Amino acid sequence: MTIPPARIQVEHLEKVFAVPVREAGLRASLRSLVHREVREVRAVNGVSFTIEPGEVVGFLGPNGAGKTTTLKMLSGLLQPSGGKATVLGYEPGCRDPGMLSRLALVMGNRNQLQWDLPAMDSFELNRAIYRIPRPEFVEMRDELIDLLDIGELVTKPVRNLSLGERMKVEIAGSLLHRPTILFLDEPTIGLDITMQKRIRSFISEYNRRYGATVVLTSHYMADVQALCKRVIIIHHGNVLFDGDLATLSQKFAATKTVVVRFEQMNTSTANEVGVPDLSRYGTVVSVVDGAVSLSVSRDQVASITAQILSEHSVLDLTIEDPPIDDVIERVFADGVSGEAVPGD
Amino acid sequence: MTNTVTEIVLQDQIRASRWRSMISLYWMLAKTAMQARFQYRASNYFYMIGMVVEPTIYLVVWRTIAESSGGAVGGYTAGTFAAYYIVWTLVRNMNIVFTPFGWEIRIREGELSGQLLRPVHPIHYDLGFFIGWKVIVIVLWIPIAAVLSLAFHPTFDPSIEQCIVFFVAIWGAYLIRSMLLWVLGMITFWTTRVSALFEAYFMAELLLSGRLVPMTLMPGWVQGLSWFLPFRWTFGFPITALVGPISKTELVVGVLAQIGWVLFGVLLVKVVWRRGIRKFSAVGG
Repeated sequence: MTIPPARIQVEHLEKVFAVPVREAGLRASLRSLVHREVREVRAVNGVSFTIEPGEVVGFLGPNGAGKTTTLKMLSGLLQPSGGKATVLGYEPGCRDPGMLSRLALVMGNRNQLQWDLPAMDSFELNRAIYRIPRPEFVEMRDELIDLLDIGELVTKPVRNLSLGERMKVEIAGSLLHRPTILFLDEPTIGLDITMQKRIRSFISEYNRRYGATVVLTSHYMADVQALCKRVIIIHHGNVLFDGDLATLSQKFAATKTVVVRFEQMNTSTANEVGVPDLSRYGTVVSVVDGAVSLSVSRDQVASITAQILSEHSVLDLTIEDPPIDDVIERVFADGVSGEAVPGD
Repeated sequence: MTNTVTEIVLQDQIRASRWRSMISLYWMLAKTAMQARFQYRASNYFYMIGMVVEPTIYLVVWRTIAESSGGAVGGYTAGTFAAYYIVWTLVRNMNIVFTPFGWEIRIREGELSGQLLRPVHPIHYDLGFFIGWKVIVIVLWIPIAAVLSLAFHPTFDPSIEQCIVFFVAIWGAYLIRSMLLWVLGMITFWTTRVSALFEAYFMAELLLSGRLVPMTLMPGWVQGLSWFLPFRWTFGFPITALVGPISKTELVVGVLAQIGWVLFGVLLVKVVWRRGIRKFSAVGG
């Protein structure tokens, strides 16, 4: 059996920027005229991963982690300082038209449509740029308009659209050539909840319908949870985690949340809010409507739940992983302290 | 499997008829530029008025000088001055290209990154876009030229060869200026604030192109120098090709000089672009 070639292959990719630095003030300005100080910033520090065709991968990290730099290197906008990347069999830095006509990079804060014209005119221009045969273009355009529900928006000048509306037509414009690789950099940034959901469901549908590979960066965990089975966490230019979203919690969450709902109050042990005091079992996170959320060390969950069940009249008990935001925060913290985790 | 086959077929279709696709791209870019210009009707008229003020001042000054000097200066009468500067307005509009100042914005605002993601060299966007711009400008120019003609009574009698060369020369001028200003604009890859350098270029162009005065009125050494620089082939030559006086040999030499400068410009764009884009993709945008 032949293994299909990986669409995106990254080996020890590096990017080092030379950034001019100077102190504040007039004297420093004058000094910089004669002697310019430059500092090296290692934005990406030897990351390696492989993304197979059709995967939807979340690329996560705090600001300045190197996410966008990596995406820019993969789409050919930046030349790597070291290492190697292959996208669709091409070296991205060569910006081969064969590669460019099959990928798209959508940046949430960048506008690539004609500002003064309705998006429909920009779509026509994209048809000519990507040399899309008219029947395919019309079919794809109408499909995108339908999927994103932008029928009324594409005839208004882009400058008259709201941020969310513009993002939707921007995405449509970027996908007319039916890219097989889609890099999305903060696609839902600044959008309201409804619009975020719409964009998410669209990305999911696009991936399902065309088998496209999607690499997504987002600070909204809802995007990641809704779309990505796999996440790559990058921090200070290093990959801290590469694997299933589900295993992320298992690896990094030191605690689990035990939520206990009581059948009847044990008055002898009930505290002032009417529920038993469970602080001896773990850290009480919240008490809401008679349900106590308890943060318990992962290795003690079994013994503590057994203890609670035997000592109290419990109506319901659930064990949950902590919120993904908390887990990722923990990953960043571990990464900072040097406990980087090699990719799975 | 079906997906792969569709992909291959689509790619084959995309590769087919490269020239036809390029013409289609230029047409779409020109159409987009026209649509964008139509959005701002009032601004178009103000732009044209601004464009007419400069030659009208030159025209009034030189006409007055010609009349006070017994009817002609350096062979130019009031009528030929009028012809020179009215044709000047058209040539000036043909010479409107993407400016180096636009490059500063293009890089600072990240527009270039968007263009680099597309499978077409960005110079085609500018060339196509400004061709469309010219269509609008020429339509607006016709009534202005009519009014100027009624006011200043131009005298010129071009031959058919002159008309043909003029038509070729205005596009040659467009290409030369596009290439050279692209090269100048690409300096922004290395340093972001280069407006002073651009101004120096435009000053040289003003004096050595025939924009300020017909080249035959400039000192001999300036005229001699201008033959070896690109400027006169973008202003003075196209205007003189139509208005005269010009010999058939000079027409041929002018067209050959334009071809030479276009080729040199293309070469320069290629070399500087390759180095500039390497620099850009090293530091990001």
